Amino acid sequence: MNFDPVVVKKDFPLLEREVNGKPLVYLDSANTSQKPRQVIDAMSRFMETSYAPINRSAYQLAAESTDAFEAARAAVRRFINAPKVHEVVFTKNATEALNLVAHSWGSANLRAGDVVVLTHMEHHANIVPWHMLATERGLKLRWVPLTADGQLDLTTLPELLDGAKIFAFTAMSNVLGTLTPVKQLVDAAHAAGAIAIVDGCQYVPHNPTDVQAWGADFLAFSSHKLCGPSGIGVLWGREALLDAMPPFLGGGNMIADVRLDGFTCAELPAKFEAGTPPITEAVGMHAAISYLSSLGMDNVREHEVEVTAYAIDKLKARYGDDITIHGPTDPALRGATLSFKFKDIHPHDVSQVLDQANVCVRAGHHCAKPLMKLLGANATARASFYIYNSTADADALADALANAGDLFGF
Amino acid sequence: MPGLEDLYREIILDHYRTPRNQGELPPPAVRAEGHNPLCGDEIQVYLDVQDGIVTDIKIGGQGCSISQSSASMMSAAVKGKPVAEIRNLVRRFKNMMSIEEEDGNAPPLDESRPLGDLEALRGVVKFPVRIKCATLAWNTLLDGLDQSN
Repeated sequence: MNFDPVVVKKDFPLLEREVNGKPLVYLDSANTSQKPRQVIDAMSRFMETSYAPINRSAYQLAAESTDAFEAARAAVRRFINAPKVHEVVFTKNATEALNLVAHSWGSANLRAGDVVVLTHMEHHANIVPWHMLATERGLKLRWVPLTADGQLDLTTLPELLDGAKIFAFTAMSNVLGTLTPVKQLVDAAHAAGAIAIVDGCQYVPHNPTDVQAWGADFLAFSSHKLCGPSGIGVLWGREALLDAMPPFLGGGNMIADVRLDGFTCAELPAKFEAGTPPITEAVGMHAAISYLSSLGMDNVREHEVEVTAYAIDKLKARYGDDITIHGPTDPALRGATLSFKFKDIHPHDVSQVLDQANVCVRAGHHCAKPLMKLLGANATARASFYIYNSTADADALADALANAGDLFGF
Repeated sequence: MPGLEDLYREIILDHYRTPRNQGELPPPAVRAEGHNPLCGDEIQVYLDVQDGIVTDIKIGGQGCSISQSSASMMSAAVKGKPVAEIRNLVRRFKNMMSIEEEDGNAPPLDESRPLGDLEALRGVVKFPVRIKCATLAWNTLLDGLDQSN
């Protein structure tokens, strides 16, 4: 028995808000998700009762704070089925997590002429760090192409991976919604002797995640897309890999010893957590993970398949060829993120008209310019659904789009 | 709440549907390029500047109705005008968009001439997210004028 999104929505105070006397239709969760009362309360309660420095003070309050922070780490481990708690490193966000791997693993292991393989559907966060490293070290980047319906074209994958040191790819496209065959990609990377880095930013908030079943080497994701606060993200990595990597940022907490002539690193995970971390945010992320887990990630996925199927059918039935939805049309192959082109109206104008009906969608290049170039568009409009979105929100989107057609007279 | 009619005035939609001065100019015309990193809009402004006068202007690129119509209206407003007058017009336009003067020592604005069609873009100010769309062409024009010096 699945959950009712209308009931779930009542947990999200912001979604109760009206703007200009009308309810909000929030369809921008691929950008960032809204926060349930449970997360807001957990963070407030923590700051009111238990906030203190972690890992460095002997008093009881500091011990409580440290326990809360470490409980969040343990919750993340369970959420992604990581083998060990200390493999979970807290970062600022998924972007920082990917930069950490590129900078730290990359600087220790990559030399001029080495190959990094990416895909054509990556977010800038999984492109630019590699460009930076490629410029610095003389690396070669190779790109896995896409099929016409926005899936990875794997026909040349063995050749692309030949001699590669890294294969870094998204588990779900933030533009197309496409789910990638993560296990297959990880196996292909390993067969070629490369490590597999998974960008889970879009995938983890919406699907059951099991890094051991994937066999992946690294996974990056953010809290703010899974109903938690912004300001905290996760890098999970295999212990042996993390152990062999040099530190990323230097400072307090990440050291075992500092002398005038050098320093010694702390053990995992502190080695990669320089400075005071986002403590309250970790507590909030823990509450978010508990919230999602209570719904059940299988149920979250099932709900999103349903709402995606409904939205695609609705939009196609009403607008036919006037609307182009990018990416796979089969909901089994995609998440609930729908990028679309509507008539010849620019996405910025589409989103402006939708805003009049409080329908919140993203318009732009979605930080994926190489993919946009492939789509032949500078921008798309993107509606993304989550646990609090029902089929009524898809109806509201379809209704509001009619106004755009009327206004521009196309 | 401001209504869409404040933003999408008929004259704006007219310039959007039928943009003026579209195309390219061959060298030695100046070519300037502008990007709106938020939405991915791109614009190219080509300028022929002779004896301190913009004798021809062409606009290329893609964008939303506001950025495209603003570029179209701009091209019509500056063609055949002296550079000094155009620089004054750019300042007036940005002023209308509620953008602070960058140069605190700039000479006083000459507001003696009517803005004409450009007045239609005044409503953009009520939609702050779109101000960058409206000013993209103008900033690119400034870049082109600087290059032509």
